[in-house]
Amino acid sequence: MPRALLEVSNVETYYGPIMAIRGISFTVPKGQIVTILGANGAGKTTILKTVSGVMDPQKGSVLFDGKAIHGMDPDRVMRLGLSHVPEGREVFPFLSVRENLRMGAYTRSDPGGIAQDLEMVYEYFPVLQARADQRAGSLSGGEQQMLAISRALMARPAMMLLDEPSLGLSPKLVKEIFDIILRINKERGVTVLLVEQNANMALHIADYGYVLEVGRIVMEDACARLLEKDDIKEFYLGVKEAGVRGTRRWKRKKTWR
Amino acid sequence: MGCIYGLVALGFVLIYKATELVNFAQGDLLMLGAFVCYMFVIWYGVGYWAAFALAIAIVALFGAALDASVLRRVIGQPQFAVVMLTIGLGAIFRAFASMTWGSEIYTLPTPFSAKATRVGGVTISHEYVSIIVGTVILCAVLYAFFTYTRVGVAMQAASQNQLAAYYMGIPVKRMFSLIWAISAGVAAIAGVLLAPVSLIDINLGFIGLKAFAAAVLGGFGSIPGSLVGGITIGLIELFAGAYLPHGFKDVAAYVVLLAVLAIRPQGMFGTVGRKKV
Repeated sequence: MPRALLEVSNVETYYGPIMAIRGISFTVPKGQIVTILGANGAGKTTILKTVSGVMDPQKGSVLFDGKAIHGMDPDRVMRLGLSHVPEGREVFPFLSVRENLRMGAYTRSDPGGIAQDLEMVYEYFPVLQARADQRAGSLSGGEQQMLAISRALMARPAMMLLDEPSLGLSPKLVKEIFDIILRINKERGVTVLLVEQNANMALHIADYGYVLEVGRIVMEDACARLLEKDDIKEFYLGVKEAGVRGTRRWKRKKTWR
Repeated sequence: MGCIYGLVALGFVLIYKATELVNFAQGDLLMLGAFVCYMFVIWYGVGYWAAFALAIAIVALFGAALDASVLRRVIGQPQFAVVMLTIGLGAIFRAFASMTWGSEIYTLPTPFSAKATRVGGVTISHEYVSIIVGTVILCAVLYAFFTYTRVGVAMQAASQNQLAAYYMGIPVKRMFSLIWAISAGVAAIAGVLLAPVSLIDINLGFIGLKAFAAAVLGGFGSIPGSLVGGITIGLIELFAGAYLPHGFKDVAAYVVLLAVLAIRPQGMFGTVGRKKV
């Protein structure tokens, strides 16, 4: 197994008195795509926010490239090469598409490289070039998602955190965006931590997966094997087998306690 | 006069847009600007332009320091706390000014004093010309800064979506300090431009209240709106002074403020609910 680029160990994060993350550990090896699956409120977004420094963990450590980054301000974490594509896109609505992309490269000071990356991004998402002078707020949801991913890419990150890139998009667009994520990973060697509700898509492009339930990791495996598991099939992929199961099997067995 | 209101209102709006704080000490920053300039010219014999630049720089630095030391702590607190805090700061500035410079009324000699030009039958003194020219130049500079420079665009970005700005590696806290510096600098410019027209005393800052009316009239949060609002308030005052009974001149701005709040709370240029939370 290649060296771990991101190492999260025993992290606990709170929203005020509410414990959202109940002691989670996982690793993301360099150059791979790792996905965290889970339903609404499982704590997926909180994990990403904890990693990128928006939220600070109460306990535990986050190591990026061997360096402790928990408790750091998000802009400093980002300068280390970790770009966060937030849930719900969060583009700058009153800036043009091009200005948004340039903001992605805010921390860089090599105009040649920036121009080159702008071309690269336009090659991945030609629609952004066509809309370069429009206000980002006037783009469609899918285009804004493309912009958010591109904007993160403009920083030439070593690793990207993607929070629900499929949110609110048509199946066709989701497919398109996941294909590009896979390409970015293969062509640019960008390590990806992908958080998704769309388990089917996520498991097909990722190498390794974790399943999160109410703040705990309840299952982890290589994605190819996860796809074969009955529980995953039933509860995340919606493949119905004969006979109705009332409760989740691993819950009944409580294998993680 | 309207231009001065516009400039002070611009200061309000810059800070409000970026940090969602309303700075009621804006007028007192203007007062400090005027006093600092006066001090350099009269006490130390520095030339007018050099003193002007020094006043801008000092007040701007002061604004940044204020943000870093005091105001950063109240971001996220109820608006009420911020309002009380900035009103309190304003009072402290006034007290500081009266201790340092005394409570007399001063005049600031400028290269424009007591000169006038006739334009098509209307005589305009150079002091007023300086205010108008200063406002135009300042607006052009600010516009260019926010549109074309990397830092300027980053500031816009930080005010539009703070979280995303963090994700881009933009040092948001430093941006806010910079906004305060610019806003305080604008106030200082307004103060120095105003000084020859209205004389300097520690209550110069109360012009901030009228400028607040201008900012509301223009739609809080709109930069062009603040300037138009300022000029409108200035004109209304002028006409109120000329055509209405004595005393209306000074309340006209507040009457307009009330009317705007009652009829069109979002102001002339404001947009409702465009900020997504």
